[in-house]
Amino acid sequence: MDKTTILVGYASCGIAAGAREVRALLEAKVAENGAAAVVKQTGCLGVCYDEPIVEVHDAKGRWVYRKVNERKAERIFAEHVLGGRPVEGFLFHELSASGREPSHYVLKRQERIALANSGVIDPECIDDYLAKDGYQALRKVLTTMTRDEALQVVIDSGLRGRGGAGFPTGQKWSFCKKTPGTEKYLVCNADEGDPGAFMDRNLLEGDPHAVLEGMAIAAYVIGASHGYVYARAEYPLAIRRLRIAIDQMRQRGFLGEKILGTDFAFDIKLKEGAGAFVCGEETALFASIEGERGMPRIRPPFPAEAGLWGKPTNNNNVETYANVPWIIRHGAAAYRAFGTEKSAGTKVFSLAGKIERGGLVEVPMGIPLRDVIFDIGGGIPKKKAFKAVQMGGPSGGCLPASLLDTPVDYESITATGAIMGSGGMVVMDEHTCMVEVARFFLGFTQRESCGKCTFCRLGTLRMLEVLDRICEGEGRQGDIEELQELASQIKGASLCGLGQTAPNPVLTTLKYFREEYEAHIRDKRCPAGVCKPLITFHIKADDCSGCGACKKACPSDCITGAKGEPHEIALDDCIKCGSCRDVCPTGAVYTR
Amino acid sequence: MDANTSQLLELIRPFKGQTGATIPVLQAIQTNVGYLPPESFALIEQEMGIPASKAYGVATFYAQFRTTPVGKHLIKVCDGTACHVKGAVNILTAIRDYLHLADADTTEDRVFTVQVVACLGCCSLAPVMMVGETTYGSLSLEKTREILDSYRAGEV
Ligand SMILES: Cc1cc2nc3c(=O)[nH]c(=O)nc-3n(C[C@H](O)[C@H](O)[C@H](O)COP(=O)(O)O)c2cc1C
Ligand code: FES
Repeated sequence: MDKTTILVGYASCGIAAGAREVRALLEAKVAENGAAAVVKQTGCLGVCYDEPIVEVHDAKGRWVYRKVNERKAERIFAEHVLGGRPVEGFLFHELSASGREPSHYVLKRQERIALANSGVIDPECIDDYLAKDGYQALRKVLTTMTRDEALQVVIDSGLRGRGGAGFPTGQKWSFCKKTPGTEKYLVCNADEGDPGAFMDRNLLEGDPHAVLEGMAIAAYVIGASHGYVYARAEYPLAIRRLRIAIDQMRQRGFLGEKILGTDFAFDIKLKEGAGAFVCGEETALFASIEGERGMPRIRPPFPAEAGLWGKPTNNNNVETYANVPWIIRHGAAAYRAFGTEKSAGTKVFSLAGKIERGGLVEVPMGIPLRDVIFDIGGGIPKKKAFKAVQMGGPSGGCLPASLLDTPVDYESITATGAIMGSGGMVVMDEHTCMVEVARFFLGFTQRESCGKCTFCRLGTLRMLEVLDRICEGEGRQGDIEELQELASQIKGASLCGLGQTAPNPVLTTLKYFREEYEAHIRDKRCPAGVCKPLITFHIKADDCSGCGACKKACPSDCITGAKGEPHEIALDDCIKCGSCRDVCPTGAVYTR
Repeated sequence: MDANTSQLLELIRPFKGQTGATIPVLQAIQTNVGYLPPESFALIEQEMGIPASKAYGVATFYAQFRTTPVGKHLIKVCDGTACHVKGAVNILTAIRDYLHLADADTTEDRVFTVQVVACLGCCSLAPVMMVGETTYGSLSLEKTREILDSYRAGEV
């Protein structure tokens, strides 16, 4: 190895944590010193809690630096890049020079298939992707396999849709393949609507070519010649990288006419969404591409018969496509070696909320929730108690501590009343009110309902009114029953998944945290200390060390007390924001 | 910024004759003008044959589109699930207090507009907000105020 490579984690999360400044500094230093080094960008390794990440590859191996700021970057450059001595104190972990065999416990439990290149290659450089066997799967399929053979591999792999419902991918492709017609469409759903999930963003920012290669393979199998990626408007960087990747594909002959010298022709267009959750639902998504309001359509006809522009259409999620090249290269059995009988392979999860190590992880399906949240995610910060994990976003549910041993696979999660969804996990601690969380989700689905079905449009509003009332301390006897009644009506009388699943966050919290609803309604109490009309903040004099942290954090200056003496909160001025509780090192702040 | 008819026409014309172009044309106008001026819809009808009522229906269906001008700095405060459980509502309240916004979303001097969004995709850094193109994560009330101070300082 001649040149030293300096890799900067440059996905949205890294940039938000300060990677832009770090990258600029490193680039300037390299230029200034004429150093034998190159600065490259890469996607997110998944360890978002340690961003910005800088990786140095030199003759001796690969070193990963965590939480790099400009000051640290300067030292890394001077001591490691120029001086050849890694800065031990800033290291995240060592990676062996032979490949990605991280010794670090966080990555150890993971199996990376979809995320294999994320945080490793430059996502804007097709040669980086090609060096990782990129487009080998497409070549293999086009030059050595029939459409049926390729389809069979996907069927045998047991791959299921990663967009939420878990429908077998091979089976879905076979429906569309069977439909007669010469004009077929292939769509990639990159709308990632679950607010609190970011797997697809990361895949698109970290390894867009894998997704596009998966699409090309699917198009070949199905016989589609037109492809669309429908990307969420809030993801400008993902859109930029997709655009670059599509252009590169075209330049290298992986898109267009006569792909790789065969008769296969395929092209991909990029469509930007415009901010509507319901457009993640596939028929609404088609309407949106067609330039209409994103309203779901009645099925049948199913998309495989009449989808986009009324033509046979196959739609899959970003992560679903991203798995396909690996499966073709390694075979169905290799994929099946991971996961469970019914849920084969690996799944990417995003960890966020009250968790020590928030980020992205890819694990074999079937591992217990507990291992994901505690072993990999590091558990709850500040020694607080775990309360629930929300899975499946607005269509999903909140699972309590007693279900932490549930294996993460489609059937097991569905049996709890939540859903696997697209893989977002938001962890909640003792200071999260489950009634308020249910209200949050209902507020979301109510706003996002397209309005086509009466029960979804108005039923969610009625449910929201009841939840508002409970959180305001005006709950009445019978409210819980009313919620249940409305929930069953909405589920039964809605056309699409949005309405059919909208009550789930309420139903699961009622199932697992009913006493919290009752405390609000009967005792006018919010046990988690969240619902402002029901609480007041206090400081336990015995536990207060008088450090003054709360006083400093208080935005309304209503805390008094001398250094070293117990502090006090003036209730009249308190806005109940909870900042004092968040910063108190001794846990002396409590609510009544 | 006030858009004049010729600027709008220039933005609309490239989409003439394209299918499914309603959303892209609205996006082009909003990106360049900052919002959708009322006359856009009639011009879209005139140039592209899409009924103004339909274009307006599409514009009001999607959260991205605005029919009123925004301030110089658009602050997008995330209230997705992760940000919500990490105190997004307090951040939002603090921002609105800081900018003295009672009911309006834009300050009187048209420098700041506040918008609530559901998830910016940086959930592991919650709570998160975006000012213009820049994303800020791991916000505390104090950090939020410091960020706003820096934008305010740039204005004087
Ligand atoms: C309200 C609603 C929102 C949805 N949002 C998404 C989404 O953001 N991304 C996605 O891939 N699928 C989403 N889906 C599921 C899609 O309709 C579809 O099932 C999926 O994209 C199929 O791909 P898959 O088989 O690869 O999972 C949503 C469904 C509903 C009902
Ligand atoms: S929930 Fe705020 S960035 Fe995702």
